[in-house]
Amino acid sequence: MSNDTTRPQAWWQRIAHPGQFVAWSAPLLWPLTLLTAVLFALGLWFSFFNSPQDYQMGDTVRIMYVHVPNAWLSQFVYAMMAVSALGTLVWRHPLADVSMKAAAPLGALFTALALFTGALWGRPTWGTFWEWDGRMTSTLVLLFIYLGIIALWRAFDDQLRAARVIAVFTLVGAINIPIIKFSVDWWSTLHQPASVFRPDGPTMPGSILTPLFMMFFAFTLLFLVLHLKAMHTEIKRRRVMTLQRKLAQGASA
Amino acid sequence: MIDLGPHAIFIIWAYFGVALGVFGLIGWTLLDARATARKLAALEARKAPRRTPESTL
Repeated sequence: MSNDTTRPQAWWQRIAHPGQFVAWSAPLLWPLTLLTAVLFALGLWFSFFNSPQDYQMGDTVRIMYVHVPNAWLSQFVYAMMAVSALGTLVWRHPLADVSMKAAAPLGALFTALALFTGALWGRPTWGTFWEWDGRMTSTLVLLFIYLGIIALWRAFDDQLRAARVIAVFTLVGAINIPIIKFSVDWWSTLHQPASVFRPDGPTMPGSILTPLFMMFFAFTLLFLVLHLKAMHTEIKRRRVMTLQRKLAQGASA
Repeated sequence: MIDLGPHAIFIIWAYFGVALGVFGLIGWTLLDARATARKLAALEARKAPRRTPESTL
């Protein structure tokens, strides 16, 4: 039994150490950035030059290629924050705190863009920019939750305590994610139900799915790159705070 | 420019808004990274000369 205490750290504990994390993930940034740029170039080309008009919506279907990826990210980023919140509460891992904090502004922006593009798509297709229906209202609530989380991070000086409070808040707020997902099935709504990830397969033709998936992966990679970069910055910011505290103690002593 | 039909203005604004948001986010992330790295470098430079006499004790 005594062997257990002297055992070297598991591999996942080693790569999750903040300093180690920066060391192994920094070289990934440039290749990922390049891949993101290529996917965006291809996705935009397909969106405008190599995809047909919709038989009912005409060209406004092209708004879908930016709306759906942003709407997906608004929920994916939150799911990632909820997983990180578990990391904070269960393992008290500093990297989980950093991941939660770095993701919040990104999620807020993607949610805002989903609402913005949705409104611009709604006007020509439904005749209204906004309707207080299940999908739109729950997504607006998600935006407010993101903004609340950002405000909470800024309200605490002690970031360790902040992480625990915000982790609990994030997990409570996670109830909104299934509500957004199933809102189109539960309530009668203007918003269409799921049409890509369905048990019986997508209801769209391949010519429209190709640009959609390209933009989907482009936006998801964009988030991963920005999240990685923001996590590196947050780790540095914490070192800055520690050093400032040490310097202040040294000066007062 | 390709013809985007009668609702072109909505499509253009949607893409323009997303581009603005995404480039803004990239810019903010990079500026934040640079400012923090600079602050850290300055602090470590301040700390460095102090550490040497301490470590010889």
